[in-house]
Amino acid sequence: MEISITPMRRVDLIAVSGRVDSSNSSELDDALQSRLDEGRTNLVLDLSDVHYISSSGLRSLVAALRASKKKGGDVRLARPSERVQEVLGLAGLDTLFESYDDVTAAVGSY
Amino acid sequence: MGLRKELSVPGHYDQIRRLCAFVGEGAREAGFDDDAVFQVELACDEACTNIIEHTYEGEGVGEIQVTWQINTDLFTVIIRDYGPRFDPSGIPSPAVPPDLEDIEELPVGGLGVFFMRRLMDKVTFDYHQGKGNVLTMVKRRTQDEELP
Repeated sequence: MEISITPMRRVDLIAVSGRVDSSNSSELDDALQSRLDEGRTNLVLDLSDVHYISSSGLRSLVAALRASKKKGGDVRLARPSERVQEVLGLAGLDTLFESYDDVTAAVGSY
Repeated sequence: MGLRKELSVPGHYDQIRRLCAFVGEGAREAGFDDDAVFQVELACDEACTNIIEHTYEGEGVGEIQVTWQINTDLFTVIIRDYGPRFDPSGIPSPAVPPDLEDIEELPVGGLGVFFMRRLMDKVTFDYHQGKGNVLTMVKRRTQDEELP
C-alpha cells in the first residue's frame, strides 16, 4: 500500500494505492488520523488505485469519517475503484460516504 | 476426491496474503472468473484475520493451515487453527442495512464473518476439542448444486 498526501487550500487530498488489509490498515489509520490531528478535517481519498480492500480497510475509512465529523469535517471518496465499491456495497456502507467520479469534483465539493 | 492442496503459515497479518494467493490459485484452477476468485480470496482473508484477532488474540501465537479442494461441483476451503473455540455468535453482527443516521453506533465489528457468509455459498464453524477450530467454506462451481 502506498499513501501520498497533497495538502490543498481547504482540503487534504490523500491518494491510496495497492492493497489495504489487516496487515497495513493501521498505517492508513495513522496517516488519516495524523492529518485530522493537524486540524485538516476535510479529506478527499483518491481510491482509484486500490485493487483490494478488506473489512479492516473499511474500518479505517469509517474511523476517519467518524473522527472528521466530530471536528466538523468530512471524508469524501474520489473515483473509488470497482473493488472498493464492491466491498463498500457488500458491507452496506456504499451510501455512507459522499463519492465522486473524479478528484476535481470531490475537492470542489467542499 | 479431486485436486487438493494444503499450506500452513505462521499466524501473522502479513502472511495472510500468501494464504489468499494460494487459495486464489486453487479457485482459478477450479475455473472461477476474476470476480469469484476475488470473493474467495476476500473470504479467506477475513477468516484468517478473525483467527489472529479473535482466536489467537494476537500475532505469532499459532499457525494457520489452509486446504483447498476441487470436486466436481464444489470448491472447498478448509481453514484450521489451534486455538480455543471460536464462537461466531459471540461476534456482534453488523445490522444490514446499517443504521447510517448515527455513525457513532455504526457496527463495523463482525464484518468479517458477515463477509464470509455473503461471499461463499456455505460457511460452517467446527471445533475439535484439544485440536482447534475448523472453518469450512464452500463455493459452488455451478449453479445447479444444492448445498444442504
